[in-house]
Amino acid sequence: MALEKIRSNSHVQIVLGLLIGIAFGFLLQKGEVTEYGVIIGQLLLSDFTVVKVMLSAILVGMIGVHVMKAKGLVRLHCKAGSIGATVVGGLIFGAGFAVLGYCPGTAAGAFGSGALDAAVGMAGIVIGAGLFARLFPYLERKILNKGVFPAETIPDMLGVRPAWVVVVVGIFIVGVLTVLAELGL
Amino acid sequence: MFTWLSMATWSPYVVGAGIGVLVWVAFLLSDRPLGASTAYAKTAGMVELAVSKKKATAMPYYRKFTPTVDWQWMIVVGIIIGGFLSAWIGGTFSVFIVPPLFAGVFSADPPLRIAVALIGGILMGLGARWAGGCTSGHGISGTLQLSVASWIAVICFFAGGILVAGMIFGFPFLSGG
Repeated sequence: MALEKIRSNSHVQIVLGLLIGIAFGFLLQKGEVTEYGVIIGQLLLSDFTVVKVMLSAILVGMIGVHVMKAKGLVRLHCKAGSIGATVVGGLIFGAGFAVLGYCPGTAAGAFGSGALDAAVGMAGIVIGAGLFARLFPYLERKILNKGVFPAETIPDMLGVRPAWVVVVVGIFIVGVLTVLAELGL
Repeated sequence: MFTWLSMATWSPYVVGAGIGVLVWVAFLLSDRPLGASTAYAKTAGMVELAVSKKKATAMPYYRKFTPTVDWQWMIVVGIIIGGFLSAWIGGTFSVFIVPPLFAGVFSADPPLRIAVALIGGILMGLGARWAGGCTSGHGISGTLQLSVASWIAVICFFAGGILVAGMIFGFPFLSGG
């Protein structure tokens, strides 16, 4: 199959990664989510640009990926999570999010658009990731596997067909976006 | 076409929908979710390799996330280029160290912002790898797959972020103002 050929060719994949990255960075910058003020504004609940971008991306991505999965074109890549890994790591990430004012993707886009503090943040992220790699054997024994979640996906956890969850989450997202627009946020 | 590309900003819904389509492309052509934080772990591995090849190759984490230039690493290189192109074409490219909001609330002196950005970055890198992904890997690619871990992760990202941003900037939304 042609898709398999593309996916297994490492040179093609490096070029694809670059092109997808360029499009991603272009979109993030046009959406203003590479701006420190916009990200901090979201965390202070005064500017909802970040939530609007994320929910629109989830809505469109969710429908397309599940349609392609139903047609056998793609497979899902869900990671199992746990309280020790997902919740503890997520809260540490959140603290970093507020202190840095960019995230790993938007920091790169911000650096490209001239924000040198974002480049410092990127160096910090490398240091933090390296620190995690150093601590990994210990954390894996002690914390990361504590309180493993019962299933990888919401449809599996609820025992229902993915299509139903796609519809419910889709309605939820449209509802939230409508309320935000109505409130003028 | 060019007038559209040269606009300074686009609607957040258009941007979001575009990112959604990029995730389709990543799944279809690369069989991967779109994420950014793995590239930083790989870069840390490259630094460890340069310092001590023997030690780095013995570290279990870098056997899971090999320190190589590949699809995931190129994503972040691409984001830098894409961010530059968008800002340059849109006429918003400007070089600065201290963002206006930070300068207004704290200080326009670069050293403070540099120290804060470094500390924030370290926390973020640690947390992203601890949680197994970031705002793109969990927050967009994971949630749209209806992953349980990703929805919990993104709730924790924002819970931690709102709490700490409130501690730093003083919870303006609680004062009703």
